Formats: sequence, structure tokens, C-alpha cells
Amino acid sequence: MRKESFLWLALGSSFIVLLFIMVPLLRMITAPTLSSLWETICDPDVYRSIWLSLYTGISAAFICFVFGTPLAYLLARSQFRGKKIVEAIVDLPIVIPHPVVGIALLGLVGKNFWLGRVMQELGIRIVGSPTGIIMVMTFVGLPFYLQAAKEGFASVSPRLEHVSRSLGASMFATFIGVTFPLAWRSILSGIIMCCARAISEFGAVVIIAYHPMIAPVLMFERFQSYGLRYSQPVAVWLIVVCLLLFVSLRLVGSGARKVSRGSRAGSRL
Amino acid sequence: MSIRVENLTVDLGLFHLQNINLTLEVGDFFALMGPTGAGKSVLLEALVGLVPLVSGEIFINDRKITKLAPEKRGISIVYQDYALFPHLSVLENIRYGLRFNSLKRGESAVDELISLLGLGTLLERDPVTLSGGEQQRVALARALAVSPDILLLDEPLSALDPNFRQELRSHLKNLHQASGATFLMVTHDFSEALSLARNAGVMNQGSIEQVGAIEEIFCRPTSTVVADFVGMKNLFKVEFSGTTARAAGLEFKVGREASSGQGYIAIRPEDLILSKEPLVSSLQNSFSGRVAAIRSHGFFYELDFVVNSLIFTAVITNHAFFDFEPAVDDDFYLSFKATAVHLL
Repeated sequence: MRKESFLWLALGSSFIVLLFIMVPLLRMITAPTLSSLWETICDPDVYRSIWLSLYTGISAAFICFVFGTPLAYLLARSQFRGKKIVEAIVDLPIVIPHPVVGIALLGLVGKNFWLGRVMQELGIRIVGSPTGIIMVMTFVGLPFYLQAAKEGFASVSPRLEHVSRSLGASMFATFIGVTFPLAWRSILSGIIMCCARAISEFGAVVIIAYHPMIAPVLMFERFQSYGLRYSQPVAVWLIVVCLLLFVSLRLVGSGARKVSRGSRAGSRL
Repeated sequence: MSIRVENLTVDLGLFHLQNINLTLEVGDFFALMGPTGAGKSVLLEALVGLVPLVSGEIFINDRKITKLAPEKRGISIVYQDYALFPHLSVLENIRYGLRFNSLKRGESAVDELISLLGLGTLLERDPVTLSGGEQQRVALARALAVSPDILLLDEPLSALDPNFRQELRSHLKNLHQASGATFLMVTHDFSEALSLARNAGVMNQGSIEQVGAIEEIFCRPTSTVVADFVGMKNLFKVEFSGTTARAAGLEFKVGREASSGQGYIAIRPEDLILSKEPLVSSLQNSFSGRVAAIRSHGFFYELDFVVNSLIFTAVITNHAFFDFEPAVDDDFYLSFKATAVHLL
């Protein structure tokens, strides 16, 4: 009897949690009329901002992938003094409030610091540029990529690497031929998580670059100037585009693995 | 290729190796035995170059390889859990090492291994769909495809079903003869060691207790650790013919026909039945022997008997001991069933 009532409690609270997540989203998606959605996407400001969000987010995820993968591998495989500290540092961007991230980065690349002045001399514009947006997004997205990739590498048995080495493969060849393909699913998840986190960033980006406007900034501005009805359609378009992006990344990612396996088997026969 | 290890010391915290000295001759089949945690697997990984050494040197054919990267040593390793690459097909697994080695006859070696191990019908399969025995055959083919000088086997048969074990044992024997490589196998199983290996070593707590010809270790353990670990008393080298085994002028009736002409039999001490007169019973083996030694172990006594030139060890309870009151040089009859004779 007690067990049953606990079961009802668990089911009830699960239902509430799911409602809490789904209802606002459903309400938002169904609020705009089709004609207002069409009008919105024809607005150059809107599609430019969504495009900007997409390519800065993807660039940030790509940078995390290139520079984060070796670190994720190290964290998964080796034990060293101060590893806990490194892990804590890597997680910092998650716990720091987002405006603080923006302010910290602005302090580095703004006119009040030598680095910012040097970059200005060299003609590299950070503040108010896509470069600056990508930098902020990389900063907030890194922990998500590193965590997923680290778990992926940790799940690959070191024995497989040992066997590969003993068969004549160097450390790098082993990584490319064994470890990376086996961790690929987690790495892809990490890329998607990182990309999603980057595209959703508002607080840190708005401090480095109010213009050019990424989609969340545009939404905020429309909401402030014109009200809810004018920011909702932009939000819906952003959600739709992001979903399409992530689903196609998944499909391409798992497809690429199958194809590469098939072609390798074929070429060696 | 011969392999020589000098004063090898490894400290991994939980596992350690202390001053290991070991020499394997060219083409040897060496069994490395010892209780769990003795450091056998650590020694294998040290030979491959996968664990840091505190001190010591490793030589292959007198060439020092201590500082060489694992991929340059020409040492392959086969693990108990097969460690096949799950993202590659069986054939891709077997061929994995070829592109990293410039081999004169890589392709034909692969073809030979595939037919020798009967893998022809499995080549396109995913490793995860194979049985344990099939997986281990693939792992062996993959390890030998690069023509290694030395093959290390880390309990290669212990994860297998008994019927696969027998089959793989004969594969190992054939592969050793065909490849000419030096085999070093970690094992828990004495019959496995006896049927495959020429020489053996027993490890305990990170050091080597005894090294020698395999029979010597079984018959003349030099320390109690080795004796306890080997644990098999009454081990005799015999000639088989049908269900009869002959050694030192004695004829043993055994429970089943042996597969080869020469081999070993073993009888547990507690399976020997003692009597002062010949027993009239269905026991098919009965010999007269003379007491050579008596040892008390608290709850039981251990007696050594000389029968022709063989030494039998029997165990009797304290109660039986006071019934018989045996003394050195007394004569007794030792009887045991044909099914109590273990064929190794």
C-alpha cells in the first residue's frame, strides 16, 4: 500500500515537471499566427540575426572541438598532480554568472587593457564584432564539450589502445584509428551541447557585442521596444532552425561513421 | 627471439614488481603462474612498455629495448577479454597492424592465420556477435599477423567455456610451432601450463619464486609458496596406451583414453585408500608401497610412500592414523579408482 502511494507520488511529480517544461514552450510556439511567422522571417533583421547566431555558434563549437579534444583526452586518460584543480578551472564558465563572463572578457579585450589596444592596432576588432561573439560563445560552451568528450574517451578501454600500440601503431595513429572513432558518439553529443549552449547565450554576448545582433539580443530588443507579440515569432524561428541543425548533425554524424566503416571494409577486400 | 629481463622493478602502488630476473630462450613457450595480484599482468605490460619502470633493463636478442616505444618492440599481446576493436570487422581487426609494419609476407601470413584458425566464414562479422572462443581466435590472428618476435598471452583461455578451451589450447600449440615466435603465457591452470609450456615461472607478491622446466616446478617446488600454489601432488609423467598409463614399471588404469602417447597423470592425496592387506574391491589400481615420511598437519596426517621409484603422497585423518599406527619403512597397500586418475 505504501509502495503504491509512493508510486503515485513519483508519477504525479514527474507529470508536473514535464508540464512545467512543455507548457510554456507549446504556448509560445502556438501563439504566433502563420502569417506573422512568414512576415517575421522575411524581415532582413530577423534572418540576419538567426544566421549570425548559427554561424557564430557553430564556429564556437568547432573551436572547442579542435582545442578541447586533446585536453579532454588528457583528463580522461592521465592522472597527475593538480588534476582536480584543472577540472575545476574547466568547469568555471558554468558557474560564473553570464554578465560576469562578458565583463571579464571585455576587461581583457577592451581599450583599457594593453591586449585590447594591441589588437586594435593590428586591426582585430573584438568588441561589437562576430569575432567577439564567437569568443564569448567559446568561453561558455567549452565545459559542455569537454565534459562529453572526456566521458567518451574514458569509456574506451585502455586495453584497446594497448593492443593497438603493441601492433605497431604510434600514440597518434592509435588515437585516430581506435580511440577517436569509439568516442565519436560522445564527441558529437558534446559538439551539439556546446553549440546549443553557445546559441542560447545572451548575458555575456550582450556586453561584448550588442551589435551585430544575435537572435537572443534581437528578441530582447523587440520585446523591450514592441512587446511580447513581436518577440515570439523570432523565438519560434530560432527554435525551429536549431532543432533542424541538431537533428541533421546527428544524422550526418552517425551516417559518416557507417559510410567510413563500409568503405574501409570494401577497399581492403 | 630470446627475451631477457634484468632487475626489473615497477611500482604502481597497488601492484609492484621487485627485482625481476627472467630469461626466455628463442622459441620458448613459457608459462607464468602465480596467485591473483602476484604481478603477472604487470610484468606483461612492462615488457610491452605500457607501465613506467623504476629500474631494470629489458633485452630482446641482447638488444636493449627498455626505452623503446611499445610500437617498436615487436611484442604482441593477447588479453583474457580479447580486446577486439568493436568498430572494425573481423577482417579489419586481423589486418589492423599490417599498415604499421613493413612485412615481406603480411598478406599471405594473414591468409594462413585465417585458415589455420578457421576464421574464413567470420571475416565480415562484427566482433561483438562472435562467441568467446571465436573472439579469442580473432585476437590471436590479429596479434600474430604482424609476425611478432614475442607473443604475450594474458590468461588467454580462462574466460572461455571448457569445450572452447580445449580447442583453443590445440590452436595455441599449432600457432607456436607454425610461427616460431616466443610465447609467454600467464595462466592459472596447471593442466594448461603442462600441456603447452616447456618452461615456467611462479610469481608471488611481485617477485619470481621459481623458474625452471615445467615438470621440475610441479615435481620439485623449491619453496612452500610454489608448492602451495602448484598444489598438485602425485604427478607422474607416463606413457599412455588405451586406458592404461605406464610409469616406472607401474600400470595405472585410467578413466578415459588419452589423446596422445605421452603425458601426465595426477591423483589427489585424499583419493588414495590405505590398507595393510590387499583390498578386495572394485578399485582398479592397487600398489604396495613403503612409508618414507610422516607429517602431522593437526587435523590430518600426510604420508609419503615409495612405490618403485615413484613417491606417492596420501592424506589420512587422525582417527585412521591411530588405527593404522604407521611408521617409516612399514609396508601398505595404496588403492584408488581409475576415475581418480586425472589426465593432464
